[in-house]
Amino acid sequence: MSDLSNLTIQEASRLIQSKKLKALELTEASIGRAKKLNQKLNSFITICEEEAVSQAKKVDKLIANGQKMNALAGIPFGIKDLFSTKDIRTTAGSKVLENYVPVYDAASVARLNNANACIVGKTNLDAWAHGSSGENSDFGPTRNPYDLSRVPGGSSSGSAVSVSSGSSLAAMGTDTGGSIRLPASFCNIVGLKPTYGRVSRYGVIAMASSLDCIGHFTKTVYDNALVLNVTAGEDGFDSTCTAQKPDDYTKDIEKSVKGLKIGIPKEYFENLDRKIKGLILEAVKKLEKLGAIVEDISLPNTEYGVAAYYIIQPSEVSSNLARYDGIRFGKTREKFGSEAKRRIILGTYTLSSGYYDAYYLKAMKVRRIIRNDFVDAFKKVDVIVCSVSPTLPFKLGEKVSDPLQMYLADIFTVTANLAGVPSLAVPCGFIDDLPVGMQIIGPDFSEKLLYQVGYAYEQETKWYGIKPKI
Amino acid sequence: MKYAPVIGLEIHIELATKSKMFCACSADYFGAKPNTHTCPICLGLPGAMPKANVKAIEFTQKFGSAVGCKLLLSSKFDRKNYFYPDLAKGFQISQYDLPFSTEGSLQIKTEKGDLKKVRITRAHLEEDTGKLTHATINDRRVTLVDFNRSGVPLMEIVSEPDMESANEAKVYAQKIRQIARYLGISDADMEKGSMRIEPNVSLRKVTEVSKVSNGTKAKKELPPYKVELKNINSFKFAEKAIDYEIKRQAEILDKGEVPAQETRGFNEQKGITVSQRSKEFAHDYRYFPEPDLPPLHFTERQFEKIKNELSELPDEKYQRFIKEFNLGVYDAEILTREQKVAEYFEEAVKAGEKAKISAKVIANFIINQKPNIEKVLPADLVSHIYQKTQKTHISDDELEEIVKKVLGENKKAVEDYKKGKDVALQVLVGAVMRESKGNVDPQKAKAMLKNLLTN
Repeated sequence: MSDLSNLTIQEASRLIQSKKLKALELTEASIGRAKKLNQKLNSFITICEEEAVSQAKKVDKLIANGQKMNALAGIPFGIKDLFSTKDIRTTAGSKVLENYVPVYDAASVARLNNANACIVGKTNLDAWAHGSSGENSDFGPTRNPYDLSRVPGGSSSGSAVSVSSGSSLAAMGTDTGGSIRLPASFCNIVGLKPTYGRVSRYGVIAMASSLDCIGHFTKTVYDNALVLNVTAGEDGFDSTCTAQKPDDYTKDIEKSVKGLKIGIPKEYFENLDRKIKGLILEAVKKLEKLGAIVEDISLPNTEYGVAAYYIIQPSEVSSNLARYDGIRFGKTREKFGSEAKRRIILGTYTLSSGYYDAYYLKAMKVRRIIRNDFVDAFKKVDVIVCSVSPTLPFKLGEKVSDPLQMYLADIFTVTANLAGVPSLAVPCGFIDDLPVGMQIIGPDFSEKLLYQVGYAYEQETKWYGIKPKI
Repeated sequence: MKYAPVIGLEIHIELATKSKMFCACSADYFGAKPNTHTCPICLGLPGAMPKANVKAIEFTQKFGSAVGCKLLLSSKFDRKNYFYPDLAKGFQISQYDLPFSTEGSLQIKTEKGDLKKVRITRAHLEEDTGKLTHATINDRRVTLVDFNRSGVPLMEIVSEPDMESANEAKVYAQKIRQIARYLGISDADMEKGSMRIEPNVSLRKVTEVSKVSNGTKAKKELPPYKVELKNINSFKFAEKAIDYEIKRQAEILDKGEVPAQETRGFNEQKGITVSQRSKEFAHDYRYFPEPDLPPLHFTERQFEKIKNELSELPDEKYQRFIKEFNLGVYDAEILTREQKVAEYFEEAVKAGEKAKISAKVIANFIINQKPNIEKVLPADLVSHIYQKTQKTHISDDELEEIVKKVLGENKKAVEDYKKGKDVALQVLVGAVMRESKGNVDPQKAKAMLKNLLTN
């Protein structure tokens, strides 16, 4: 059944629960495809055939017994290899952890397992999630299924590609400065960076703790809401998780955008590539046609985003990577790649006594100002729409030797992380056969609203129907 | 002496909470098999996150409150970054600029008997590290790490450099221990390592101190260096280490040099301090707010509750014992040294009221006879004292009558004694004891017998 790879969660779930499709069949198809495509795309570091098959069999048995199941039951998932998975090697994309096998599951992994999702593999990523292209992986770069000579975006490169190429129906990722939204946009899929504190970070190898968000990739907006329904909410282990109860994210997803105010932040369009700008504004027009009200707004401190981000993030990275000393587990520090070393040195410097006030403290103040920009904007508008990326998916090797150019790939995404607000990346068309994505950014805990906007737009366009030719 | 010692203390106390500071593992690790009280959190495994122990925070605030500290309405945890194999995460979660409590003080009694205030800079909370053991296994020298201690709540109490002798430092530290025990927040046992002392010692020229203008002392300037002492696991060693250090630094100053700013370890066997780390190699801990733990906010009402729930502290108890029970300062001091003894005393006093045994008598008995308070109930102690006091209730006149009666009834023994048989006296004492039903002090009976026999 070759079209299994085109199924959405919504469709597959209906088939499985009505016993028209066996979870085992779907899982095996996924694994088969993952194995077949991995040589070309390199989206998986580890394929968990045995575990996925036994989970799928369990699901089929439960369904045969008439048990009511979560919509994710039997759905093949890819998990970024930054999430701890009990008894399954977890590398963080780095040779330092080449042989590290966790003794526990990350909170979100445990929730997926409880919902009886089938984890088909651990996906490739820039080592330690440091990167915007996937090229920093110690296990080789992942390739963009729409053009194998181009990058899929990073750092959650493998997760995005596994969904985009039909090897999984959904995949977990992390977004510290754009690591979900950028690859989602480069691979024509939907990616959510939730509000900071919406999903537990427990068990996910920390990059920059005050910025890290646990999110996911799916083909459609509806599917995305289904996954958040499972992962959102306190777990008792992440103290930065909110006590605020999560919404039912699929409920009212079809609600019209009529009367909704959409802000267009001028700073995000000023020097934007003409073609990309054209696509984003076309999408905005679609929403306007559906009844939304479009307003020009300003997020005046946007230009300081990347600078503040590249102080706060490496500072936290330098501390978070200190435990990888090769004494208790993992390999020695010589195994760190150059990007990790660069960030460790940068962060160690910015936290040093005498420099802390000038760098870290100042950056934290800028962060507050950037958040205030968003808070002020959301007094005027309900959501903000802008491009995810300043460029189209770029060529492998194009930016590897120029870290600053690579960092600037995140120029439109880091601000949401600094502000803590949620942002949904949704496909909005193609330029020269390469995907483009837009961000829908909302106030804290407005994921439900973001899904409504994304869903309304997606119903009009259905870009997910355009599959990569692989 | 030409120099006045300037001594400040950093004291670490492990808090007696059920679970560790940031995870659910048992904090009671003493004697446990290595690495059995561990989990992903206290092992610092990738992805694990801390969850703050509310009880430990409360204990720290309790202690801060007991030593007159201000409790901060807004506080937070910070990361202290340094590398050591016993530090699982490569950083220690501690508190930097917003500790739970600041600016308290403690009164201590100097050797001369004067009262002296020692200022307390802060009391904050952090986590303990794992423990390293150096061993030789199969002819290989190895270092073993036990993470049972990793993440045990550790309170750090920092004093101002207000102490001027090893004795004052010892008395201060003992008082800190006493308060921790009174509050029931730690056993503060130096031998077990649940209390650790790190003195900072330097010397100041006496002339700088004694400059007096308009009757006020000139502002005391701190010496341009300080030496931190480590590896001290008893009060005795703390005193020894400080005394040694004072002598060592004085010799350097005598030569016109300034002692190096450094960390020195105390060698128990040799009774000396040895340089461990000099200023050039001092750590830059790169403190920054712990991003995994949100800032903490408290209310005045919460602080009020903490203050109201404080049990009576040693100083208060001491004053009350003097006032309420008419005890001397010496007795009051001994009885309040440990809360258990103080409570035992008070219960015994209550039990003694009926039998009209005074608090003073009970105090004397507890101090001099040192009954096992774990085994003897206060009421039993009182009846024991009662019986003892009954014995002396036979007056001297009554005793004389008994002795005379005994002498009249034991002519043979009297004659034997007069012939020089000393054994005969024992026979007579025995007879007096029988006659008095044992309510006479045998020594007293013996003395009176002798007296009457020779007259």
